[in-house]
Amino acid sequence: MDDSLVIAGKAYDSRLLVGTGKYRDFAETRAAIEASGARIVTVAIRRVNIGQDADQPNLLDVLPPSRYTILPNTAGCYTAEDAVRTLRLARELLDGHALVKLEVLGDAHTLFPNMPETLAAAKTLVAEGFQVMVYCSDDPIMASMLEDIGCVAVMPLASLIGSGMGILNPWNLQIIRDRARVPVLVDAGIGTASDAAVAMELGCDAVLMNTAIAAARDPVRMARAMKLAVEAGREAWLAGRMAKKPYEARPSSPSEGLIGKPA
Amino acid sequence: MDIRLTINGAERRFPPPITVRGLVGEMGIEGKRIAIERNGEIVPRSRYDETTLADGDRLEVVVAVGGG
Repeated sequence: MDDSLVIAGKAYDSRLLVGTGKYRDFAETRAAIEASGARIVTVAIRRVNIGQDADQPNLLDVLPPSRYTILPNTAGCYTAEDAVRTLRLARELLDGHALVKLEVLGDAHTLFPNMPETLAAAKTLVAEGFQVMVYCSDDPIMASMLEDIGCVAVMPLASLIGSGMGILNPWNLQIIRDRARVPVLVDAGIGTASDAAVAMELGCDAVLMNTAIAAARDPVRMARAMKLAVEAGREAWLAGRMAKKPYEARPSSPSEGLIGKPA
Repeated sequence: MDIRLTINGAERRFPPPITVRGLVGEMGIEGKRIAIERNGEIVPRSRYDETTLADGDRLEVVVAVGGG
């Protein structure tokens, strides 16, 4: 059965998106991403380190755009202007590639999104032909506004970026999911496999994570765990869970035919 | 007289004339996957040869790095 994730009209056979930061080296980056099964991987855009060894390997040699969909982000941007400039550079860097991850941060302490700046940047980017996947607060009204602007996916946080605190407000994610007509991805805050499974069981379309894998004791093994968790959560969502019946115990085995009773 | 360019926030001096292609060569990043912004505008790779830099230009030269 085909159960692809479709973003901006393109199908992907993995519902796990992963970041490429915080790994020990490129070998570990490559191995973890391979194990995750991810098709879409995020990268950051940063100034060239002038005077660096010209032979130093480049991330895009390790993760070739021919094999992965590279999703440039605007991590570290605190204004709409900086985010837009960063993604224009990313589009040039990636030969006209339009799919991007927008995030405009509010403060360095919480890395909470600055939603007014995020909305402003989204408007400009959509008008310039970018396909915008947008990191946002878990506020259903904000998510609707971003969708109305023309973002191709909304990506509410589960908890603070890099916190590993898991899904703190499943009800908000549920409301966002119920209303959205574009894919909803949980971005930020995933700590372990069960968090990813819960996100998928809520009906979210995909999960994006970085630190949960990169900061695990064994990142490659955690990448595999996350792949399985996302698949399990998705299957559970599609299967439709049983109703919760808190006051109604029902045995799974027959009540008749027990030994030691009159026939 | 040399022209002053601000490259990734740091001022550097070069004898004119210098194109974006020439600058990329000076920086030792020829052939690398980079992107360049000049005074807030993208310089497409196809125009590195014909874009001559002027005194006071502000340039951002970027690459993709690991990130979430």
